[in-house]
Amino acid sequence: MKARVPATIAVIAAALAAAASGLSIAQHSGRARTAARLAPIETVTILPGAFTFRLPGEYLRNGKPVDAPTRTVSFQAGFDVMKYQVTAGDYARCVVDGACEAADGNAAGDMPVTGVSYRDAEAYAAWFSGRSGESWRLPTDEEWSFAAAERLHDDALGLADDGNPATRWLARYRSEAAGQAERDPQPKPRGHFGANSRGVFDIAGNVWEWTSTCYVNATLAPNAAVERSVENCGVRVVDGRHRGYMSTFIRDGRSGGCAAGLAPDNLGIRLVRDEPALVALLGWL
Amino acid sequence: MLTRREALLGTAAGAAAAALLAATAATPALAEVQAADISTLPREKVTLVAPPFVHDHQQVATGGPKVVEFQLTVKEQPMVIDDDGTTMQAMTYNGSIPAPMMVVHEGDYVELTLVNPETNEMPHNVDFHAATGALGGAKLLDVNPGEHATIRFKATRAGTFVYHCAPAGMIPWHVVSGMSGTVMVLPRDGLKDEAGKPLKYDRIYYIGENEFYIPRDENGKFKKFDSLGDSYDETLKAMRGLIPTHVVFNGKVGALTGDNAMKANVGETVLFVHSQANRDTRPHIIGGHGDHVWEQGKFANPPAKDLETWFVRGGSAGAALYTFLQPGIYAYVNHNLIEAAELGATAHIMVEGKWNDDLMTQVKAPAPIAAY
Ligand SMILES: [Cu+2]
Repeated sequence: MKARVPATIAVIAAALAAAASGLSIAQHSGRARTAARLAPIETVTILPGAFTFRLPGEYLRNGKPVDAPTRTVSFQAGFDVMKYQVTAGDYARCVVDGACEAADGNAAGDMPVTGVSYRDAEAYAAWFSGRSGESWRLPTDEEWSFAAAERLHDDALGLADDGNPATRWLARYRSEAAGQAERDPQPKPRGHFGANSRGVFDIAGNVWEWTSTCYVNATLAPNAAVERSVENCGVRVVDGRHRGYMSTFIRDGRSGGCAAGLAPDNLGIRLVRDEPALVALLGWL
Repeated sequence: MLTRREALLGTAAGAAAAALLAATAATPALAEVQAADISTLPREKVTLVAPPFVHDHQQVATGGPKVVEFQLTVKEQPMVIDDDGTTMQAMTYNGSIPAPMMVVHEGDYVELTLVNPETNEMPHNVDFHAATGALGGAKLLDVNPGEHATIRFKATRAGTFVYHCAPAGMIPWHVVSGMSGTVMVLPRDGLKDEAGKPLKYDRIYYIGENEFYIPRDENGKFKKFDSLGDSYDETLKAMRGLIPTHVVFNGKVGALTGDNAMKANVGETVLFVHSQANRDTRPHIIGGHGDHVWEQGKFANPPAKDLETWFVRGGSAGAALYTFLQPGIYAYVNHNLIEAAELGATAHIMVEGKWNDDLMTQVKAPAPIAAY
């Protein structure tokens, strides 16, 4: 699989940690400049750490679908993530500025924005970065999963191959359907689903969040190493109560899903912030 | 806006006509003949169940004709019809969309009591397509809020037949607001194939398809009304455009998916009864077939075989028999796929059992083209 920008950032962060104190002035002046234009955005700092991450995508071994392998992913520098999902009110300001297209969701004010595609989410991140003078982007699937902490749903099925392809289809359907009928898919005011152990609110509630991670179809070698893979960046990972894969132009997962699967209730946005110092450093490389 | 008084007045002429008809029906000669025959028949009282399920019934009748008693209670109530919380001021029989399915055998008598509680706003009735005369019984069943009435009709033709509300001046509005169901009249000796050999089912599901016309506000968002009367004017305007905002199974987008998906096992034969009281539809099982299909739903005709998609005319119910041969998740759709995927006409069937490699196998799993 391709090396990803966030991993690069983590490495640089570790190497140049000593320089961090000298960069705090630039950071502060950046914030002061934005205060007049945009309401301050609340963030949560995800502290450095490592976790076991199950790779996204579909995996085959000996021509049979299997659970994706896991990898240890470490964040040596930590990162900042929005405490709440982008609200309809936040998003509306981007629309007023002409940088975003109106969302399809019917929420307003403090409700999370819904009915937004990956393209909309990217447009919002670009606009928000420009207006705030900071560098905001969609999280990777790894970052989202780490920030979700105990709310992360492991999509492994843990099934042995029984020669019946339908066993996995039925198990997947059952796992995604569990309790679905009792749940209310209507977006709720921010904070409704509470905070997880890292202080991130509404994560894995009923609004799925776009990530920058591409969909992948992969074949595993007997030792679980990825033998070969085909990445499709026209489809990105959406994270929520369960992990999903959506084409980048889909705004309503219920239309974008397949005929016989269960789709995310809503599609929304939560951004992560790159430290200004690191963005600058990346520029030099 | 339509007040309750206006709604009631709208049916005044109809009610008078009904009274006249009722008087005709009760003329001594006619009444005596019927009473003598009916009083000797056994009676059965059936408790209806909410779709997609169907009350317990015999497929082959063991005795002679009987009188089967059913009760429908009209419930006017707001109902959520999609995951966005869109709310329709609905009119229902027994609180479900579609209304419950009733099963009898050819030659039985259906005795139906219709209750219209005082808390309702509208007059209601029932037009049974399975019945003969009096506008399908509607003329004898016009009940205002606070009234109830009972009719009895003989099930003379075998098949699946729609029933729906048909109050004078407001018929389509009541129907598209949820007031339709199905009566299945089975042949006394059960279902048969084209050669007259018996056919049996292990499970039966009743899929009622409805299309809704929800008015939108100036921003294009669906409107919510405080009462049935309030919703009338704009709903009627939306109906006249003939473009539904929702096409659903079992009253709500996604009602028969997830936890509520239909279930079956490999080797089981399932009878799917599909009704649409107002508009044409075309049921299809993605990954399956219709082994024996009565498109028009009338069992005196031989079933068509091996269909991929079947056509159910608006105002009718069809029946399709299918034996599942392969496990997995099946989608049961209206094969206007825009209506299925965008407007809601998709259900799921979870089928358990052994995979049949002979019927299908994956010869080469997806892999990069270069490696081929
Ligand atoms: Cu009615």
